Amino acid sequence: MIVLEGRNLTKHFTSARGPRGRLGRRPPVRAVEDVSIALRAGSVSALVGESGCGKSTVARLLAQVYPATSGDLLLRGEPVRAHRGAAFRDYRRQVQLIFQDPFSSLNPFHRVRYHLARPLRIHGHARSDEQERTMVAELLERVSLTPVEQFMDKLPHELSGGQRQRVAIARALAVQPVALIADEPVSMLDVSIRLGVLRLLEELAKESGLALLYITHDIASARYFAEDITVMYAGRLIESGPSEALTQSPRHPYTRLLLESAPDPDRVTPPDATRHGEPPSLIAPPGGCRFHPRCTVALPVCSSEAPGRTELGEGRWTHCWQAETPDPVAR
Amino acid sequence: MNVLEIRDLGVDYLSQTGAVHAVADVSLDLRRGEILGLAGESGSGKSTLANAVARLLRPPAAITSGSVVYHRQDGTAVDVLALKRDELRAFRWKELAVVFQSAMNSLNPVSTVGAQIDDVLRIHAPKMSRKDRAERAVELLQRVGISADRRRSYPHELSGGMRQRAAIAIALALNPEVIIMDEPTTALDVVVQRDILHEIRALREEYGFAVVFITHDLSLLMEISDRIAIMYAGRVVETGTAEALHRTPRHPYTLGLLRSFPRLHGPREELLGIPGTPPDLRSLPPGCAFHPRCGRAMEECSTRLPLLTRGADGADGADGSDGEVACLLNGGRGVEEAS
Ligand SMILES: Nc1ncnc2c1ncn2[C@@H]1O[C@H](COP(=O)(O)OP(=O)(O)OP(=O)(O)O)[C@@H](O)[C@H]1O
Ligand SMILES: Nc1ncnc2c1ncn2[C@@H]1O[C@H](COP(=O)(O)OP(=O)(O)O)[C@@H](O)[C@H]1O
Ligand code: SF4
Ligand code: SF4
Ligand SMILES: [Mg+2]
Ligand SMILES: [Mg+2]
Repeated sequence: MIVLEGRNLTKHFTSARGPRGRLGRRPPVRAVEDVSIALRAGSVSALVGESGCGKSTVARLLAQVYPATSGDLLLRGEPVRAHRGAAFRDYRRQVQLIFQDPFSSLNPFHRVRYHLARPLRIHGHARSDEQERTMVAELLERVSLTPVEQFMDKLPHELSGGQRQRVAIARALAVQPVALIADEPVSMLDVSIRLGVLRLLEELAKESGLALLYITHDIASARYFAEDITVMYAGRLIESGPSEALTQSPRHPYTRLLLESAPDPDRVTPPDATRHGEPPSLIAPPGGCRFHPRCTVALPVCSSEAPGRTELGEGRWTHCWQAETPDPVAR
Repeated sequence: MNVLEIRDLGVDYLSQTGAVHAVADVSLDLRRGEILGLAGESGSGKSTLANAVARLLRPPAAITSGSVVYHRQDGTAVDVLALKRDELRAFRWKELAVVFQSAMNSLNPVSTVGAQIDDVLRIHAPKMSRKDRAERAVELLQRVGISADRRRSYPHELSGGMRQRAAIAIALALNPEVIIMDEPTTALDVVVQRDILHEIRALREEYGFAVVFITHDLSLLMEISDRIAIMYAGRVVETGTAEALHRTPRHPYTLGLLRSFPRLHGPREELLGIPGTPPDLRSLPPGCAFHPRCGRAMEECSTRLPLLTRGADGADGADGSDGEVACLLNGGRGVEEAS
């Protein structure tokens, strides 16, 4: 069941600083263009892309931290229109966001108990002190911060990065959301503790029926923890499909480049040593397919027209003029 | 054929709440022309070790023990920790250069990249003419993949990848024998990172310098390094060729790290990870600092400190791995079954 859906989401930021263009206007940053994404109950979806490609902006649009420049959001099939009022507040409760940095997302002066009790109170889930205590204990239990009595009274600086991220997850769960958007939830954590946090998120989706969006630049972790992967490049979605199929037989040239570039100690043949250039500026992104200046198989049409979506079957699709051509890079 | 020999090095950060032993008893060799990878979790002492070797430590850091010896190609040895200020200026850049994680720490924000290369050359190679310096700057930038016309750019006008390339170009300016790179690609995209790694390897082939490459990303390290040293809680717990560490890791921590990485290809093996969290360096567990997290810990592990020892099979291990491990298992040989 689709819980949360974004349709044709676009976000342009008008920068407050920087050089003015013609007519004295500052050109906008075209951070996100025409992004459609759907999250299902009990399922982990991944959004993968390099830094600056617009992943966090998509996360904030889905959580309505700020409004989209254009496009629609649907919660359980109902369009969300208002930007204030009860319906909007309810939306903000149902869709929770977890950030990359567990060090800045918790107020350093408040104990774990406070961080978890506050949302419970605000949203009227806890009616008495007794009930509040039980619920806080339950939340800590759910994120495996045990013994709970010990963790309740700790201050953020007394916790490790992984433990702080668990508190942040518990806080998001406190308001009983239907969708959880985790924006690079483990990229600031040590390798040895990442796994535990990812497993926790996976369990929450499976056992509580949460719809989970796992945002990451690490496509190998997406292969392990998400059922499907959507790849983003320079503000646009470029390919999507079930994790295994997408990582084992990528169809978009950029997905292939991403997979070839990822560190992989098991690699048999070394990746080619040609230079691949850098991602484009989003103030003046390349016309046509945004990947065309770096694409080794670009056609003349690629620089003039943006490719539409090509359905590839079995839940896969891509945006590429060469989508129908078989994989040119024999793997 | 060692270019750098670190022996029993100890570094503390002094504070009111007690000394943090950030680096303890580290002995490590860097061979001429090799890429030595240094891996370990955040806080394991990688940067502190690198900064100690480059003589970049500032108070409250203090070197408490050990020595660092640099061997010139002509056979003379330099006691790095005893270098005086003016000697140090000549040592850095000409013999040893450092590239930091944030290129912004390596670059001067108010000067163009061309001018920064020129500065280094003017100070350290006073015999070069202005024209030669300009030519060398262009050559260096092109060598790392930056077009000549970008030499007039300020750091903020370059992308993250170009800034990191520029920092590498400056490090190369005086043909040092050793380049220490502390997480040089961590802030970069994987595609750009891959290109820069290729660049580093190609430059190494051309100029023959040795590299100490620091990162927490073990899979990356296994691809780029000749040899790898793994740090845990301030100590080196295993060394070996990248190949040997990949195939037959001997320290349970290395094994745990390898089993924490999702793989891109092959079957989706279960990830086992490592339980628990890295220790607080102010109050290290006694014995082997890894014992509270180690699935193979024995009774003596909580009392006896394992020392880094060469594999019992002799200097050239049966597998030619030539590695060392600090683990009490199997009489100090560490894990023996294949991973
Ligand atoms: N200026 C300082 N004052 C006090 N303690 C410090 C200081 N700098 C580092 N430390 C401590 O020394 C230990 C080693 O730090 P170091 O920066 O060398 O680790 P690292 O392995 O480079 O970590 P990372 O992967 O996060 O870069 C840590 O416990 C750290 O908290
Ligand atoms: N509040 C903002 N104002 C202006 N530009 C922004 C803002 N937030 C993000 N951007 C820009 O939008 C683009 C996408 O950013 P982001 O969504 O943070 O990417 P990612 O999460 O994939 O790293 C970047 O070019 C970024 O600089
Ligand atoms: S549309 Fe053209 S430029 Fe874009 S990825 Fe496909 S082939 Fe390459
Ligand atoms: S010495 Fe003991 S605790 Fe330490 S790694 Fe070896 S087996 Fe584990
Ligand atoms: Mg982001
Ligand atoms: Mg460091």
